[in-house]
This record gives sequence, C-alpha cells and structure tokens, in this order.
Amino acid sequence: MNLATLPILSLVTFLPLVGALFIAFLSQEAVRNARFVALWTTLVTFVLSLSIWVSFDKANPGFQFVEEYAWLGPIKYKVGVDGISMLFVILTTFLMPLCILASWESIQKRVKEYMIAFLVLETLMIGVFVALDLVLFYLFFEAGLIPMFIIIGVWGGKRRIYASFKFFLYTLLGSVLMLLAMMAMWWHAGTTDIPALMQTKFPADMQWWLWLAFFASFAVKMPMWPVHTWLPDAHVEAPTAGSVILAGILLKMGGYGFLRFSLPMFPLASADLAPLVFALSVIAIIYTSLVALVQEDIKKLIAYSSVAHMGFVTMGIFTFTHQGVDGAIFQMLSHGIVSAALFLCVGVIYDRMHTREIAAFGGLVDRMPIYAFCFMVFTMANVGLPGTSGFVGEFLTLLGAFKANTWVVFFAATGVILSAAYALYLYRRVIFGQLEKPSLKGILDMGPREIMVMAPLVILTIFFGFYPAPVLDVTAQSVKKLVADYESAVRTAEQESSERLRIKISEALSGQRETR
Amino acid sequence: MSDLLSYAALPEIILAVGAMALLMQGAFQADTEEAGIMATWLAIGLLIVAGVVMLLNPVVATGLFDDAFIIDRYTRFMKILVLVGSAGALLLSFQPFGELKLMKFEYPVLVLLATVGMMMMISANDLIALYIGLELQSLALYVVAAFRRDSVRSSEAGLKYFVLGALSSGMLLYGASLIYGFAGSTSFPAIAGVVKAANIGVIVGLVFVMVGLAFKVSAVPFHMWTPDVYEGAPTPVTAFFAAAPKVAAMALMVRTLTVAFPGIAPQWQQIVVFIAIASMLLGSFAAIGQTNIKRLMAYSSIGHVGFALVGLAANNAEGVQGVLIYMAIYLVMTLGTFACILAMRRNDGPVEEIEELSGLAENNLGMAFALGMLMFSLAGIPPLAGFWGKFYVIAAAVKADMLTLAVIAVLASVVAAFYYIRIVIVMFVKEPKEKFLGVDAKTGAVMALAAIFVVFFIVYPSPLVDAAAQAAKSLRL
Repeated sequence: MNLATLPILSLVTFLPLVGALFIAFLSQEAVRNARFVALWTTLVTFVLSLSIWVSFDKANPGFQFVEEYAWLGPIKYKVGVDGISMLFVILTTFLMPLCILASWESIQKRVKEYMIAFLVLETLMIGVFVALDLVLFYLFFEAGLIPMFIIIGVWGGKRRIYASFKFFLYTLLGSVLMLLAMMAMWWHAGTTDIPALMQTKFPADMQWWLWLAFFASFAVKMPMWPVHTWLPDAHVEAPTAGSVILAGILLKMGGYGFLRFSLPMFPLASADLAPLVFALSVIAIIYTSLVALVQEDIKKLIAYSSVAHMGFVTMGIFTFTHQGVDGAIFQMLSHGIVSAALFLCVGVIYDRMHTREIAAFGGLVDRMPIYAFCFMVFTMANVGLPGTSGFVGEFLTLLGAFKANTWVVFFAATGVILSAAYALYLYRRVIFGQLEKPSLKGILDMGPREIMVMAPLVILTIFFGFYPAPVLDVTAQSVKKLVADYESAVRTAEQESSERLRIKISEALSGQRETR
Repeated sequence: MSDLLSYAALPEIILAVGAMALLMQGAFQADTEEAGIMATWLAIGLLIVAGVVMLLNPVVATGLFDDAFIIDRYTRFMKILVLVGSAGALLLSFQPFGELKLMKFEYPVLVLLATVGMMMMISANDLIALYIGLELQSLALYVVAAFRRDSVRSSEAGLKYFVLGALSSGMLLYGASLIYGFAGSTSFPAIAGVVKAANIGVIVGLVFVMVGLAFKVSAVPFHMWTPDVYEGAPTPVTAFFAAAPKVAAMALMVRTLTVAFPGIAPQWQQIVVFIAIASMLLGSFAAIGQTNIKRLMAYSSIGHVGFALVGLAANNAEGVQGVLIYMAIYLVMTLGTFACILAMRRNDGPVEEIEELSGLAENNLGMAFALGMLMFSLAGIPPLAGFWGKFYVIAAAVKADMLTLAVIAVLASVVAAFYYIRIVIVMFVKEPKEKFLGVDAKTGAVMALAAIFVVFFIVYPSPLVDAAAQAAKSLRL
C-alpha cells in the first residue's frame, strides 16, 4: 500500500465517525461491545495517525498530505498539516483511547450514546487541526460544541445544566464574531483557502478588525482572562474524560488559531496589539494562580491552573520569536498531556469517593503508593520542574518573552513560583498527612486498567522533559517560516509608511518652494 | 402534448381544477372519515403531479397574461418549496385530524386553493396579480385557521387572523393604488422603468405595500397575530402556516422590491434593515419566556424571517441566493419540528408544554435525537443545515458592507441558541415523564426525513446552493 496516495488525513479524521455510526447500529444492551468498538476505533485511529508523524517531512515548512476536493463552489474540502498542526492531531488521537479507558467503569448510564459522542467529538477535533479552508475550519471548530455540550449536560455533575449552557453560549458568542471576520476575508480575498489567505495582504485597518474578531473567539476558547469563567464550571461538572478532552485539546484550539490565523494573516495588527495580549497573559498567569490557591475543589484548582498555563502560551506566541512560538507549541502539547493526566488522577479518586473536595482526602500515600507516584510526576510537570515536559515549554516561552519585553517576563516568572505554591499545597493536602478519615481507610490503589491509562502519560511527561527534540524538530521549520513571514510583513509595512512619510514631506517641501 | 406541457401555468391549472373536482366529489359524497382521507391523499397526489409537471416543463423563462404572470428559475425554486411545504403539512394532518374527528374533505381543498394562491404570488409580476394571489391564499388560510369549529381558541385564531389580515390587505391595496397613481402602470418592469429616484408619493405607496407584505411574512412590528394564531390553530394547520405561506410571501416580497423598485433601493433597504433587526431581536428575546412549544415556534419563525430579510436587505445576488437557501432549509426544519410537536400526545390528548418533553431521550431516543438535531439546526450551529441558511444571508450582508446588521444578526442568533438548546437540555437531562403514545408512520417519516436532511445536508450541499444561485440570477440584480 502506498502511503503517499492514501488520503491519510481524511481517514484519520473520519474513522472515528465510522466507529460512531457502527456503535449507533448496535443494540441498546450491547454496552460492552460499544466500549470495545470505541476503544478499538480510537486505537486504530491513533496508529494511523502515527504514520503521519513517521512520513512527515521535517524539512518542509509548508503543508503536507494535502487533499483537495470541490465541495461548495469557492468553499473547498481541503485538508493538510504542517509542523504546527501535525502534533495536535497526534495529541488528539493519543488522548482519545485513554479517555475511553478512563470512562470504562465510571460511565454506566447511556454508554452507547456516550461513546458515540466521544467518537464524533474526536472527528471534529482532528478536523479543526487539519482543515485548510476557512469555512471548513469553522465548521469543525463550532460543531464540536454539540457533542461537548451533550457530554457535560448528560453525564456531568450536579450543576451540569448551568455549566453546559455557560460553556455553549460563551464559546458560541466568541465564535460568531470570527465567522463575520471570515466572511469579510472571503469577500476581500475572493477565496477561503487558508494557504492562499496567508499570502493575502489585508489593509492595516481591516487587519485590526479581523484580528479583534478572531481574538474574541480564540480568547474565549483559550481561555484568557477575563473570559475564562466558563472553564472552571465546565471542568468541575464535566465527567472525567470530558475534562480531559476539554483541557487536553479544546483549549489548544485557541492557541492553534492564533498561530494559524492571527499571526500569519494579520501580522500588522498582531504587532500592534501584542501589548494587549501580554497584559492579559500576565494578569491570567498571576491572578488565576492566586485564585487557584484558595480553591476547595480539586478539579477547579486544576482548571484555574490551566488558565494560568495558557497565559504562558499566549505570551509565547505574541513574542514573535522562534523560541517563544516553539515554546508555546511545546507548552500546549505538554499541557495537553499533563493537565489531561491530572484530571485523570482526579477521576481515579472521584470514582472511589465520589467527591472532589480537597478536604475529604489526606494521607492517600499510605494506601495508594502507585497513585501517589503518578500524581507527583504530574504535579511536578505542572509546576514546571526541570526534567519534566512542563519545564521546556515554560522556559522557552520565558526566553522568547525576555527578548520581547523584560517586564512581562518578570511578572510571568512569578507565576512559576505561584504555580509551585498551589500545586504542592494541593499535593500535600491530598497525598501526605495522616490517613485519618474513616472513609479513606478502605480505599484501593489503582487497578491494572488505571495503570494502563497512566503509564504512557508518565513516560511521555518525563521523556519529553529530558528529550524534547522529537517535538521541536517537527515544529522548527514551520515556526521559522511563520516568524520570518511575520518579520518581513512588518518590515515592509514600516518601509511603506516611512516611504509615504517621505513622499508627504517632499510634497510639502516642494509645495513650499512653489509658494515662495 | 408537448405544447401543453410547456404551458407555463399548467401546474396552477392542475391544482385549481383538481381542487374544484375534489370539492365536487366531496359535496356529492357521504361525509365520512374515509372520504376525507381519500381527498387528502388525492390532494397530495395533485401537489406531486403539479411539481413533476413544473420540473418537466422545458421552458425555463416566460411570461403569460401580458407578463403579469411569469415563470423563471426563481419561481420554480420557490414553487417547489411551497409544494413540498403543502404536501408535508397535509401528510402531517392525517393522524391528529383523525383523532379530532376533523378528517373532512374541505381541508385538503382549502390547502390546495391556498397553494394555488401562493404560486400566483410567487409568479406575480404585476400589482394586480400580486393582490389576487395574496387574497386567494389568505382567504383559504383564514378558514383553515378556524377549522376546528367547536374550539374557542381555534375560532379566535381564525377571527384574529382574518381581521388583522384584512387590515393589512387593505393597506397593501391602498399602497398599490398610490404606486399606480404615480407610476401609471401596475406592471413591475413598467414601475421600475418610471420610478428611478425617490419620490415621496411612491415611497408612501411602497411603505404601505411593505406593511402588507411584512404582515404576511410576520415580520416585526406586524407580527402580533403570529403567536396567537399559531397557538390557537390546530397543530397541522400551524405547521402549514409556518411552512408554505411564509415561503410564498417571502418570495413575493423579494421579487416586488428587487424587480419593481430597484430605483429606490436605498429607501426600501432602510425599511428592510429595520424590520430585519426588529424581527431577529424580538424573535430571540421574546421566545425565551415561552413555555408552550407552539408559541415558541411562532417567535422562532418571526426570528427566522428576520434572518431571511437580512439577505434581502443586502440587495445583491448573494443576498437573494441566501434568502432562497434560508427558506428552503427553514421549510424542512419547520415541518420536522412540527412533526415532533404532533408526536407529543398522551392518552388524554396532545400536549404542548415544553416541560412535557422531559427525559424524552430515555423514552424515545429516536425522536429526541431528531428534535435535538432540528433544534441545533434552528439555532444555526454548524455543521447542520440551519447554519448554511444563516451563513449565506449574513455573508451577503457582509459583502454589502452592512456590518452593523451582520453583527446584530449573529448576536441575535446566540441569544436564540439559548432557548433552542434549552429544549435539548429538557429532553436529554431532565427526569423522564410519562411516555408519549406511539408515533404514527407518516408523522415519523416527516420527522426522520427532516432530521436526515439537516444532519446530512453538509455531505452534499451543492445541489441546493447551486439551484439557489441559478434562481437568484433570474432576478437580474
């Protein structure tokens, strides 16, 4: 079989959907089968997606594996990946089987529909990262709301209705403005093709509006302070696997959007508005870290820490330096693994105790040594300890930001300290101390299924901490091109404006001469 | 034979003659339920025949009766929608009318006559033809609104609709006479030839005509009748009201404004922008407080008309294309939703409160899925069909640089999403109530077809989009 001719991206994208259709035709009683079909589908998708990584040409900064079909007049079905998007596809397909495994026993109600929702969601999430057409991107980006809304609403906690509404409406409100901007771009450039739009030069004032409209959408999705408030609610109420997907992948769509649209298509507006992003990022890093310190609910604490970590991402992206952008991508991938793992850890004890109150736990290390070890690794990665994947991303973004603005780094770096404070504080209260509470006396350590879920995450966290090259090699060329394009666009604009100024001055001078 | 087939008004003639024949047959036959069922099936058959004849007609564009009645791709597109809407509404009427002992031959006859009126409206290229079509349709609709004679609410709905409808017809007629006075002609192209610049007399006339048309499409501020009539009329009749007449009135409005008054476009665009914004906002906000699903659908339809009008306000070919796509998708969604509403019945009769849908997902997952998808589609969430309707009209507004209108439109759609997804929450999250009675085959078929359409539209959307583009071209914007 020749890989080059196989429409591998479409296969990876739509395979989960096929699995979902298959489950839909299973009988209502076939709960076990539904689980296995979902697991196998996601595993096969993962293996298939690895073949993308294997045959990915690292030296090529452009789009690869491009497929293009006529679909709706000027709107085409066009997919492809470059160094920026490829790893997000892998991250999605990697986390999915873990999600299915994590829901193996904790979901007992409407298992079939649950699996269908997750598989549909997988298709839509992969679609976001591979789409190379504006409208196609928007379709995938928005359509993900439906399954996620249903996952939170149906399988969520006590306040699930409130949380699902908030999640849905917040995200929709941001996205519709982006849709308008996309239409404006369509009419201006006459195409919805993303690579072509990257070559289009939009007028500077139009860039501002377009940038702000995209920002409205991505900032909510990211989420950036002050539009982050939907996230803690959604996380707390979502089932474990829902939180994993939310933190692991959905949040990354915002950062990916900045890299795919804001930077390459609106470089001038990005340059002008970078201080805004810096300010919001720094506030997010410090403020949400402080908020995380006082949380009583484990999931809420991790949710706030996610917002803080995403602050590093936005800061890194808008440094416009190679290190900053590389670091942002790495931070997103690392956070995708680490925060997903942390939510899985919460899920482990939630399944046993049916509470997420920090105060309900304590001294778990006595009864659950394996769990304590896994939780420690991820806590350290969350703090950004050298030797874990969390360190690489944070370090690179700070390095990039140092070039751009020293004050930003000064404040952001305090966030690193604060994150150590809340993460270690959480770890101490849950894992250490005396095992006094009678309800915890009989708690069991992780079973083989749970260890199977955690093991790959632990390995990857440490592996990428020591050897980040596999990731950075993939992103290097595309990021280099992104930064170079950005710099040349800004330089040309500066030259043009100084040129205009020169002409104006010379006109004014010649006018004076004539009047004399 | 081929001459006959190519006669432009043949579909209308088939329907009109067929309606007369059904009337005769009904009048001379015993008034039994079987006769009613028979007449309804025959009426559906006539609608299908009319549609097939229209599609077989090799002549694409022509005019009849001194060009007062024209056919082109635009009329063909809209007429197909009207025929589908009428046939779908008739299909939905069997089961509820059977239970209400209302299975009478008059209903299909009236629906056929209303359909003829709508087709006249769509083809109207002259103020007189416009009025004849509009009145033929309206008179039939007043009667079917009050079709359940023994119900106070149904009679009230019919009466309310009649009084307000007559008022709006009067205004329209008054406006038409003013326009005739200033333009010296009733024919649309002739009016367009004369009215080249804003003239106070013509504008006053145009405003009156637009009042009449806005009433027919139930755009704010002429929407007051809609919730009451929707709630009061028997549900299959409401389904019919929400589907076919809206499409026809919208088609008429688009043609009148773009063909007869291109010279004063900036003037009528202002009005359309206003009623579009008002309709979208009212449709979004007023529906939030509704507990009765038929009233909710009334406000929802007001909102949808507002969105469709966004395309008209743009006054470009993309905008008209958007209106056509919007109405096509809206028609299917409406029929599907009303099929679901008709399936909401228990032993003691039909129920209409939204709360009654609680936990439907546990009792009847298929119906809950269908209604859920229809709700997401009505809310305009991609990748469902409803998104594309909104996409094209708003894109047209963006192209016409009407950014304020576009921003208000998308924000209104977010507000509207709230009450649509609330229904999804009720169905999927709340505790189940007593089961509904089984869904009968015809209602189930409409429901399933509509759900399949909204879900799978994305796979192959180009036939509808291309047909709408072709149809929009024939208005020569």
